[in-house]
Amino acid sequence: MASKVKWVTDIEKSVLINNFEKREWTQVTENEDWNFYWMSIQTIRNVFSVDTGYRLSDDQMVNHFPNHYELTRKDLMIKNIKRYRKDLEKEGNPLAEKDENGKYIYLDFVPVTFMLPADYNLFVEEFRKNPSSTWIMKPCGKAQGKGIFLINKLSQIKKWSRDSRTSTFMAASSGKEAYVISLYIDNPLLIGGKKFDLRLYVLVTTYRPLKCYMYKLGFCRFCTVKYTPSTSELDNMFVHLTNVAIQKHGDDYNHVHGGKWTVSNLRLYLESTRGKEVTNRLFDQIHWIVVQSLKAVAPVMNNDKHCFECYGYDIIIDDKLKPWLIEVNASPSLTSSTANDRILKYNLINDTLNIVMPNGDIPDCRWNRSPPWEALGNYQVLYDEEQALSESSERDLRSRSGQSLGSKGNKGSAGVRPTAATWK
Amino acid sequence: MMGDDANLSVTIAHIVQRLKGTYLHSQIERHAKECLHQPEIKLESLKEDVRCFLKTSGWERKLQNAVYRELHSHLPPTHPAAPPEHLKEPLAYMRKAQATWEKRVLKSLNSMSSELGVPLARMRGAEEQKELRNKWNEMGTDEPDLSSFRPVYAPKDFLEVLVGLRNPNYDSSEDVSSRSHWGLIQAPLNVRDIPQLRQVFTELNLTTGQLGIDDNAHIHPDLFENQYVLVGKKVVEDQDSAAAQQYSRRGCSNGLRADLWALILNSTNQPPDVMHYEQLKTGVIQHDLLVDNLIYKDVKLTASNDDYYFVFEDFLYQVLLCFSRDTLVLEHFKYNSATPPKAYIQGKAGDEDFAVVYPPNGVIPFHGFSMYVAPLCYLYNEPSKLYSVFREMYVRYFFRLHSISSSPSGIVSLCLQFERLIQAHLPQLFYHLRQIGAQPLRMAFKWLVRAFSGYLSTDQLLLLWDRILGYDSLEIVAVLAAAVFAFRAENLMEVTSLASAEAVLADLSTLKVMPLIQIFLFATSM
Repeated sequence: MASKVKWVTDIEKSVLINNFEKREWTQVTENEDWNFYWMSIQTIRNVFSVDTGYRLSDDQMVNHFPNHYELTRKDLMIKNIKRYRKDLEKEGNPLAEKDENGKYIYLDFVPVTFMLPADYNLFVEEFRKNPSSTWIMKPCGKAQGKGIFLINKLSQIKKWSRDSRTSTFMAASSGKEAYVISLYIDNPLLIGGKKFDLRLYVLVTTYRPLKCYMYKLGFCRFCTVKYTPSTSELDNMFVHLTNVAIQKHGDDYNHVHGGKWTVSNLRLYLESTRGKEVTNRLFDQIHWIVVQSLKAVAPVMNNDKHCFECYGYDIIIDDKLKPWLIEVNASPSLTSSTANDRILKYNLINDTLNIVMPNGDIPDCRWNRSPPWEALGNYQVLYDEEQALSESSERDLRSRSGQSLGSKGNKGSAGVRPTAATWK
Repeated sequence: MMGDDANLSVTIAHIVQRLKGTYLHSQIERHAKECLHQPEIKLESLKEDVRCFLKTSGWERKLQNAVYRELHSHLPPTHPAAPPEHLKEPLAYMRKAQATWEKRVLKSLNSMSSELGVPLARMRGAEEQKELRNKWNEMGTDEPDLSSFRPVYAPKDFLEVLVGLRNPNYDSSEDVSSRSHWGLIQAPLNVRDIPQLRQVFTELNLTTGQLGIDDNAHIHPDLFENQYVLVGKKVVEDQDSAAAQQYSRRGCSNGLRADLWALILNSTNQPPDVMHYEQLKTGVIQHDLLVDNLIYKDVKLTASNDDYYFVFEDFLYQVLLCFSRDTLVLEHFKYNSATPPKAYIQGKAGDEDFAVVYPPNGVIPFHGFSMYVAPLCYLYNEPSKLYSVFREMYVRYFFRLHSISSSPSGIVSLCLQFERLIQAHLPQLFYHLRQIGAQPLRMAFKWLVRAFSGYLSTDQLLLLWDRILGYDSLEIVAVLAAAVFAFRAENLMEVTSLASAEAVLADLSTLKVMPLIQIFLFATSM
């Protein structure tokens, strides 16, 4: 009989512990031998740090990639996406095509963003083009809506300006945290007059080749207060931020549903009010931007074979049904705000474990990372680079053997999507 | 034969009378006049040419739809000598029971008014009006203290009244041996059994393609769904109410449902409708009604806590508050066994000259009322459109779920039908539940009163309501209730108390309604 998996966690959440116990795994402390460690991002830093870090052995798995922050820190994500676009453009890849205004047609999925104080001058230039726009300031390294505020005048962020003799280097020491400033989506899709964002869970088991899964049971998080784009409400964060951590402090927070609406409700609503085709296109686009964001960080990600990661993607949909990637969280909250929430998160962990720890056996990091489809639960394969490559080479072979002579349409590799809706 | 013809001409005269002076009438007239300037209209064949013009320009279809709608709800009495109250309800004991119930409800409303010192209606001050106008779109953020307001009644109070219904002309001791004494409903009404239901709901049979069954993710859409959706698009294009109703029997796809329902109901949302809605809104802003508090409280108690509907809280206030002021709703009392309650101008109590209908639409909301609107919020994101579809649904169907009548779609018949179906097809289950003090109807009644709104997942609920509209009948609701018991029969046979039986039936949100109905109707051995 195979011996039992020894697990550790530094996150005391019942949705985790119940899952480990259901599998009859053995709990150990972090100083003992362990096979599976569900850890916070603080701990992962130590595990892989140059000084204190240690080598993981083949039978150990952890729930973060060593440099996950390339995706999950707001400034780095933006940097990587910008670089990815430039690289594609240099290659002459059709994905990097731009429209007449110089905007990427397929890769324009994050709101215009700058680092502060580093890009202050670039920001000012952009701001002046559109002085009536609203911008949102977010500290680079914080989550759950902490430290966020909106601005619509340059004077409100004077202290991040470069002229005040500060450099990026100085920013931290002088109490000026590094921030990103993004164009605020001021035309969000409203449902029942309320603003919301989407929280989707995405599992990555390897970056090179990229293998990722989308969890079907994401949800919409609603603001409890009516949305008004007027600037007088700029200070009322309940209007603008959908983070449950923020909304919980609002007077109207409802503890039965927690302001959360399932993605299937959203789909039904959109299909009913806007039609099926546009709804499908929207969800296709959402999948597309998730894959593109992962591809953007894949080259710089330390693809450690002991790692997997379950990300919380935050997406806002505007009133033209265009999705925007806002940010990616490395440690999506496992706190359950309602009964349904607890069930959802328990199942999320359950399905995640079924994929990354096949059969609940002692892990072997050399496993091929292709779980059978029955093991996927509520996950669906979002992108499998290996399979996509083999399919496209098959296609190349076929086209070379003369079956589709003269068709130049097969040039793109799988995942390249000149038109929406069918890229998968 | 002679009688039929006479009836027909009475009906025609009646409908002509009703359509006279409507917006549609003036529109058709205007277009007919305008077309006279067109070269293809010849003087010698004027009548024919204008008719032809009205046909090709779509006005004839619009007129047909309007006639179709009138036929639905505004039929004159079938016998010229029948008194008008027979159109409301032909059975005297039902009318009496309804009147007694109304008195009780009104009394409780009046005593609430006097106990709390809240007038039935009052004019709002200018400042208050302005404030309400400003927060019209976010009434949900208001947290008025409603703790002293209690719903006027809840479904279970109403059930007690139905249980007490007896026909004084009917001696029930005659068939003491039959099963009819098992159930709670003792009113002798004719309800359909399964063979008859199979004939009515013939499109739901095992071999006919259905949305809710044959659009399952595992079935290739080319087999049924794609073609069926194409037909649906054609139906919407043709703008024919009757065709849309027939189509809806096999379900509406999500993308077409909003249009198809509006078409079936002939709810066209014309400029006068939008204006009417705006007037109602003004009415809400000007006057504060006691029933507003009941509406507020109901939304807070139901939809605001509902995983599916909380998002639409503000829409619900808007629609329900406007509804309470809408005197067009009063028309449906011609064929509703209920009679609108009256209130008296202050100091003139009892003086009929000073009586006014209260609330203005004549409908006192009860606990759960807002769930009639909630599912519609998934279909219409424009309040005036949402409103007109809801009002039409109410005056066609929902009123029957809380009025005592002998209509086959009325709540009494639905209850009886539900009980009879279980007695006939799950006799052991019925006996068992009755023995442990868990009468099936006591558990199913709340589903029936709300036509399952708030109990099923929204996609499933909409599939059910497709059939209500398609068959123009609420009977399918009773069938589903029985089918749910059949589906959970095994578990229910194991329970030994009302509480555990209720627990077995507590969560219906995972049920797939069409397979349940289809199996119950067409795959149950008889």
